Amino acid sequence: MSSILIAVLLLATLAIIFGAILGFAAVRFKVEGNPIVDQIDNLLPQTQCGQCSYPGCKPYAEAIAAGESINKCPPGGESTIIALADLLGVEPEPLDAEHGAEKDVPMVAIIREDECIGCTKCIQACPIDAIMGAAKQMHTVITDECTGCDLCVEPCPVDCIDMVPIETTLQNWHWDKPENSVSTIEKILIKEVH
Amino acid sequence: MQTITLHSFDGGIHPLENKHQSTQTAIAQLPVPAQLIVPVGQHIGAPADVIVNVGDSVLKGQTIADPKGVVSAAIHAPTSGKVVAIEQRELPHSSGLEGTCVIIDSDGHDQWLEEISNGSQAISDYLETDNEILIQRIRDCGITGMGGAGFPTAVKMTVQNLTIDTLIINGAECEPYITADDMLMRERALETLRGVQILLKITAAKNCLIGIEDNKPEAIKAMEDALHEVHGEHHISVVTIPTKYPSGGEKQLIKILTGKEVPSGAIPSAIGIVCQNVGTCAAVYHAIAEGKPLISRITTITGESINQPQNVEVLIGTPVKHLLDFAGFKQEKSLFQKLIGRKAKADSKPRIIMGGPMMGFTLNSDELPILKSSNCVLAPSQKELPANDIASACIRCGLCTEACPAELLPQQLYWFSKNGELDKAEQHNLADCIECGACSYVCPSQIPLVQYYRHTKGAIKDERAAQQKSDRSKIRFEARQARLDREAAEKEAKRQARAATAEKAQAAKKAAAAEALNKQTAEEADGNGNTNDEIKKPEPVDLEKLQKQLDAAQAGLKKSMDKIAELKAAAAESGAEADAPIENLDVFEKAVANRRDKVKLLALQIAEAKKSAPLVKKEVSRDDIEKKLRAQKDRLEKTKERVDLAKEQGLDSLPALQKGLDKQMQKLKELEEELAQFDKAGA
Amino acid sequence: MTDYLLILVSTILVNNFVLVQFLGLCPFMGVSNKLETAIGMSAATTFVLTLASVCSYLVYTYLLVPLDLEYLRTISFIMVIAVVVGFTEMAMRKTSPLLYRVLGIFLPLITTNCAVLGVALLNIKRDNSFVESILYGFGAAVGFSLVMVLFAAMRERIAVADVPKPFQGSAISMITAGLMSLAFLGFTGLVSI
Repeated sequence: MSSILIAVLLLATLAIIFGAILGFAAVRFKVEGNPIVDQIDNLLPQTQCGQCSYPGCKPYAEAIAAGESINKCPPGGESTIIALADLLGVEPEPLDAEHGAEKDVPMVAIIREDECIGCTKCIQACPIDAIMGAAKQMHTVITDECTGCDLCVEPCPVDCIDMVPIETTLQNWHWDKPENSVSTIEKILIKEVH
Repeated sequence: MQTITLHSFDGGIHPLENKHQSTQTAIAQLPVPAQLIVPVGQHIGAPADVIVNVGDSVLKGQTIADPKGVVSAAIHAPTSGKVVAIEQRELPHSSGLEGTCVIIDSDGHDQWLEEISNGSQAISDYLETDNEILIQRIRDCGITGMGGAGFPTAVKMTVQNLTIDTLIINGAECEPYITADDMLMRERALETLRGVQILLKITAAKNCLIGIEDNKPEAIKAMEDALHEVHGEHHISVVTIPTKYPSGGEKQLIKILTGKEVPSGAIPSAIGIVCQNVGTCAAVYHAIAEGKPLISRITTITGESINQPQNVEVLIGTPVKHLLDFAGFKQEKSLFQKLIGRKAKADSKPRIIMGGPMMGFTLNSDELPILKSSNCVLAPSQKELPANDIASACIRCGLCTEACPAELLPQQLYWFSKNGELDKAEQHNLADCIECGACSYVCPSQIPLVQYYRHTKGAIKDERAAQQKSDRSKIRFEARQARLDREAAEKEAKRQARAATAEKAQAAKKAAAAEALNKQTAEEADGNGNTNDEIKKPEPVDLEKLQKQLDAAQAGLKKSMDKIAELKAAAAESGAEADAPIENLDVFEKAVANRRDKVKLLALQIAEAKKSAPLVKKEVSRDDIEKKLRAQKDRLEKTKERVDLAKEQGLDSLPALQKGLDKQMQKLKELEEELAQFDKAGA
Repeated sequence: MTDYLLILVSTILVNNFVLVQFLGLCPFMGVSNKLETAIGMSAATTFVLTLASVCSYLVYTYLLVPLDLEYLRTISFIMVIAVVVGFTEMAMRKTSPLLYRVLGIFLPLITTNCAVLGVALLNIKRDNSFVESILYGFGAAVGFSLVMVLFAAMRERIAVADVPKPFQGSAISMITAGLMSLAFLGFTGLVSI
């Protein structure tokens, strides 16, 4: 009987000692805040458009850190979802359609200056202050800074803002990816047909 | 020839040279075309700024666009004529995009600019001239690298802060079909060497090596003969190198001739070497010695679809069609079409390649112009250069890695490019790929490897730009948040301030109302209006003021009445008739009436004030009295001085002053009495 | 001295814990799809294995044996391992939150890694001395790390290769692991220990 008692005592003692060690470690290695949020935020495209139903990219990053799904960002698109999946070690999911579809080409906003009435509604709407202007003065979009979030289109009372695709110039043109290689059988078949 | 040890670079390939076709005849002069299309962005760096207008007449060699910024080059009119348009035209570039071009209709005279044709621009003692002048001339003449890349030579030659110990002249011309440099060296070796001398002087290099592949024996001989003619030139050597593609690549040539490797991501000047093409050297000579800007170049026109393959001296901006017509171009029908006799494909475009078979690109049309960097126009037949087969799967044979002259891992780069693993591609030094095409040439699966790398390089650049943009957006967003917060805080502060003052006003009003109520109740209580000495009133001051005003008004009234009495007395004395109108009497009477009204009003006000607020003895302290006393004494002194002055000068104001003085003395006495009383009371 | 060297060679190559003794396959498969995570996991497991090996030896020799309680070794070793893993987890959370996040559930799963408990128990079975226990644990960990890193590198390449449809995903990984295991069988008989 006493051996069982000794056994139990020993185990209990061990447990107490180990518990103490863990407790000490918990205090010593206490972690404040959540640095993962910054890393998630760095991957998001910073358009601050709110299509993910959060008021900006940082709030969405915080939500993701808290467990929100990663497929809610249309401007980020597929590549952002994959990057987030890599970072967090989760499965990449297809883009959640209810938050908008990924645009094929990046767009920027352009104000038709003839029609602008200088009401400043679009300036208030732009989440990154990329529209220059003042009350009763001409408004214009700083094209280099515009992220194409299209939050400015709706508030305009005279509907003078267009979303246009970014122009391809010699500075931003690059080669397309070559078509994927085919297997030898497919190659023979293609040649036969032609 | 100086014996130097030749080294070798890893990899490389030996494609069929196909150079003999175009070296059978001497360099031909291409006749001036009817219209020239001159793009302003033919070089690495910012496109030049156009300085002529539509309708201007230009002469050969006249500057039509100035360099924009440091890394840029000037553009000149290749022939005399008229500028008919400055517009966006398709450029001979793999993207097919448009750029600003100056369109010149030639007038057939081909007339040089006056200052060039009369020789005034010539610098004959170029070996003694300042480097700055030489470099400026190179820049003004729009010289850019003629080997194919088109880097502004003046920028490359700006090496005064670096030590250059070897100048390497690139006469290798390793790409198949191209023989432009070969013919240049054969026929114009002396000019080329003189250009080399100029560059040697500018860089102050210790020695100069001219690398020529051994498949050009005539060119080697011509250059060596010319070297003898250039007296006393010990530092220049002509070096024969083995034929291998791509030994004409800058970094590869440096390795062969010096054994040194240019570090990854760096340029040759980092290891004390400058490399220039032979064509550039000849152009430099013409610019310095004759003042002629870069307006023409030697271009090879070759391929089985060309009747007479040859080298031509062609003006920059000449449409390719002109060149093809000159050399004779036969459009090809495929064997299949020939045999079966079926109609040719509706959109069969002749395949015209600008550049060589390894690094050239297919042109979209033959209306595109020749640029400063166009060393070859190749029109092959299908048999000669068959179109690439459909790519099959990579079999991991590793031939591409064996062939790479830049010691990269093309197979790995292929896998990364294919799957979009951009960061891995960057880590594997994709940026060092010179896009020579040796890997694609040897690939048994015919995979277009170079296209993958070009795409990936672009994708990496895009990603970096997107990252920078999103960083900027983040900063802007945060700045905006800060601005909104600040505005909200300011608004809040203002609102609170207003609320505070409103509260105070409210409180004051309430207190006044409460007091009035109190006073009324007190009055009702004891029927006396003068109790409640304790209640401090804001009225006493006003009461005093009103009292003062009343006194002043009464005094004024008295004055006016005196005045009237005086006038009446004066009138009576002067013996006027009793009822005759006296001057100004009515004025004075009116004044009197006004003043009487005022007095009445003031009296009423005082009565009101006294009613609404019981008189309260103002708490006067001793200090107050003393202060007043002192002030009064000062005033008295001043008045005394004025009186004395008036006495001396006999001024009319003396009686008034005297009166004032008396008043003040009285006031002083009163104050002293008050003080005495105060002391008595206190004591 | 030679003995110690032989122990190391044996645990790292000849009797590799993952590919020859087939212990610790869970993290081996689970964390090896990216090289960075594999390296992180190897480091964590090395730390845990060595420390746990030492601690369990001490607990066994100085607590269980004198008190005739050898039969409690399984449970006490598990407790030791759990504490060491907990400690490692907290330290990692502080120093490298990204790695912590990426390793995710696999970090506490080192507790259930049969290789860790296996090393502890095998030490007993083989009557290893204190130094031998340390080396045994350390060697096991190095062998585990070696194989994991190799496998991760291979998996990264396989991920971008042209794998036929039926084999894509875990199938090709398993086959690759099997082939690696065959390769390691080539070390048999190198050292008899």
